[in-house]
Amino acid sequence: MSMKNDYRARNHPAWWAFLVHRLSGLALSFFLPFHFLALGQALQGEARLNTLLRWTEQPLVKFSETMLVLLLAAHLTGGLRLLALEFLPWRGWQKSLLALAAGAALAAGLAFALVL
Amino acid sequence: MDMLQVSVWRGGASGAYRIYEVPRQESQSVLDVVTYIQRNIDPTLSYRFACRVGMCGACAMTVNGVARWTCRTHVSKVVKGNAIEIAPLANLPVVKDLVTDMRGFFDKWARALGRFIPSATRKDDFARVASDSPERVAANAGIECIGCGVCYASCDVVSWNPDYLGPAALNRAWTLVNDVRDGARRERLAAVAGDAGCHACHTHLSCSERCPKNIAPTASIAGLKRAVAIAALKGEL
Amino acid sequence: MNGVEQGFAAKPMGADARAKIETWLWIAQRASAALLALCVLVHLATIIYAVRHGLSGAAILGRTRGNDAWLAFYSLYVFAIAVHAPIGLRTLCQEWLGWRDASLNWVIGAIALALFIFGLRAGWAVFAS
Repeated sequence: MSMKNDYRARNHPAWWAFLVHRLSGLALSFFLPFHFLALGQALQGEARLNTLLRWTEQPLVKFSETMLVLLLAAHLTGGLRLLALEFLPWRGWQKSLLALAAGAALAAGLAFALVL
Repeated sequence: MDMLQVSVWRGGASGAYRIYEVPRQESQSVLDVVTYIQRNIDPTLSYRFACRVGMCGACAMTVNGVARWTCRTHVSKVVKGNAIEIAPLANLPVVKDLVTDMRGFFDKWARALGRFIPSATRKDDFARVASDSPERVAANAGIECIGCGVCYASCDVVSWNPDYLGPAALNRAWTLVNDVRDGARRERLAAVAGDAGCHACHTHLSCSERCPKNIAPTASIAGLKRAVAIAALKGEL
Repeated sequence: MNGVEQGFAAKPMGADARAKIETWLWIAQRASAALLALCVLVHLATIIYAVRHGLSGAAILGRTRGNDAWLAFYSLYVFAIAVHAPIGLRTLCQEWLGWRDASLNWVIGAIALALFIFGLRAGWAVFAS
């Protein structure tokens, strides 16, 4: 019926920020049940928790954890940017909010990766 | 002489791109290109324009995937090598070639109560509105909209949510919410609430990015979100 | 007497039920987001601290066992997530899957309940074990 937009219409920073925010939220939602179930293992005793924690020491798991921390930080900073856009008076520097958010997210992810 | 390879949508809802060769000029707008094709190559090409000077918004089309006013788009700014792709605006039914049916766009404007509803009569004195009052400043920021449809065509929520009123209609509603003379604040907030209204906006900012008048509908919609939330919290929605 | 007589309804219409619900969902989403901003900052700091100071079962449980403050914090955190995540998922399903009928709301409600229950269980697990 009507023409549809493609990536050319979407190729601007605020749109990428939206995509990162939505996809990171989706990924975190998938991760959460596993996180809750894993911690719930403690109900069966410390030994049970230890078994699970040993499993998480594999490099692939550690890498995934770093990714998750990055996603969480990205979702947080992107969300703070959205709250600023929706509740604070509109100003020209709002575009820089995105750069700030991205930078802060990266910093958090790096901090985590470095302590591993 | 350099020739542009211009790919133009021909047909209605279904159709195809046809390629035309157009002489490239040093100073040339995309509207010049479309006009050249219709006058010199293919008179069956349908397109809209009026003022040609960036005042009316009638010539809005999709150029290389981005919604623009073709009379204010310099070929040199958008050409890819020697190629340009011209299509009708997205998110609107295609009538023929580069012409879209704008009725839905304006119907949504009406559904958002995008019209002034008076609260005074000719017997009352003139309204006194300070031009630097916060409400007037907010209204003025969005008042220059001429209804060209570029923001509506650029919005992905419009594509994903058929009921979504869209940035232009909501922007106009916001200017009226800030018009202290208007008498229908409650009705208008009711009209713009919900996921057909302001709450569907996800701050993609495509509308604000593309608006040829540099209006930021996103800002207006954020204002509506706040106004509607306050009304709901007060039990006035 | 005012311009309202010009064919416009004299009785002010309120927003319909759906619009009101969406408004409250929006308010809940932003309120939970603000709360989560604080919770996530604490959580990120906790994660980095925990990685440096020990990630064994003993180390983790040593910090949380019998600790009322952590239990309260995690319970609040879980509540905020159980509000925030489902509302976000709902929007995603509506826009990208075209899923808009009543069944979506039931599924989302179930997800919210599940997150709430399993989240509280996880918080209790590290408090009481």
